Amino acid sequence: MSELELHDQVDVAPGDEEEVRIGPRLLGYLAGLGLAILLTATSFFVAGTDLVWQPSIPVAIVVLAIAQMGVHLVFFLHITTGPDNTNNVMALAFGVLIVVLVIGGSLWIMANLNHNMMPMDQIMQMQR
Amino acid sequence: MTAATLAHGRDPHHVHGIEDAENRGPAPKRIVTGYGFWIFILSDMVMFSCFFAAFAVLSGKTAGGPHGSELFNLRNVAIETGCLLMSSFVCGMASIAADMRNKFWFQIAMAVTCVLGLAFLWIEFREFADLVARGAGPSRSAFLSSFFTLVGCHGLHVSAGILWLLTMMAQVFAKGFRADIQRRFLCFALFWHALDIIWVAVFSIVYLLGSGT
Repeated sequence: MSELELHDQVDVAPGDEEEVRIGPRLLGYLAGLGLAILLTATSFFVAGTDLVWQPSIPVAIVVLAIAQMGVHLVFFLHITTGPDNTNNVMALAFGVLIVVLVIGGSLWIMANLNHNMMPMDQIMQMQR
Repeated sequence: MTAATLAHGRDPHHVHGIEDAENRGPAPKRIVTGYGFWIFILSDMVMFSCFFAAFAVLSGKTAGGPHGSELFNLRNVAIETGCLLMSSFVCGMASIAADMRNKFWFQIAMAVTCVLGLAFLWIEFREFADLVARGAGPSRSAFLSSFFTLVGCHGLHVSAGILWLLTMMAQVFAKGFRADIQRRFLCFALFWHALDIIWVAVFSIVYLLGSGT
């Protein structure tokens, strides 16, 4: 896509970059790749190590995963906070809201049920 | 460059006036298509979040069967992750080549993306076959049912992505970089990068957290 075509647009399609020169675009992808490798390697390392406090490992893995998703969104999908990207970010925010509600809600409800329900063998005894 | 372009370039936070909005008409097709596909990808992620929720709830319900820590081979998972990450990067190279309208590098990058995706699928298929052969198939326990559904669904998405990838290579070969082909490729690139984002969640939550406990 030529420079004029891209800059004539007011919005940017998701996945499109505002940058059109090859060098900076290549650098962007390389930066994303580097960060993604770093974060992936860290989470694989953290998962198998004894060097850190054990209860912190699940939290660390989740945080690293969220960070890596952010890296992918910015460097590969080019969903940024730029003024031309508002619609894409709003759609993403809504998607994230639903995802958080579905996963968080399921875990919360099921944990509550598990907590409030009698163990199975006791239920069996009551039914006798 | 037009005057409007220059004005826009000088002030990125420039808000267009009402008269400007009236004259502008509908957004270019590339933006409409890309935005629509972005909505589809987000709805796909919502679907995956349901599978993730099911897996998270059922991950401890092994019915006396094997736990994740006895089943998962993290070395294979690391190789799979590397394949998918590199294929996502190379797909970005194909995007640049498509924008430069360079058929040669486009086809090379797409071919490399395809090979890396196939390597990912092959490792995943072997892992599934190995699990089934060891008596840990999807019918063994609720944990394994949810595992196969979630990871298998991602694998099906990658398979569909590879079919789409081959179609894009053929279309660019036969029709060149027409505007409609470019739009299709924009959607394909979005899809492929989104699959990598979902894989990040899969390897973190299913494999790394699953083999820890």
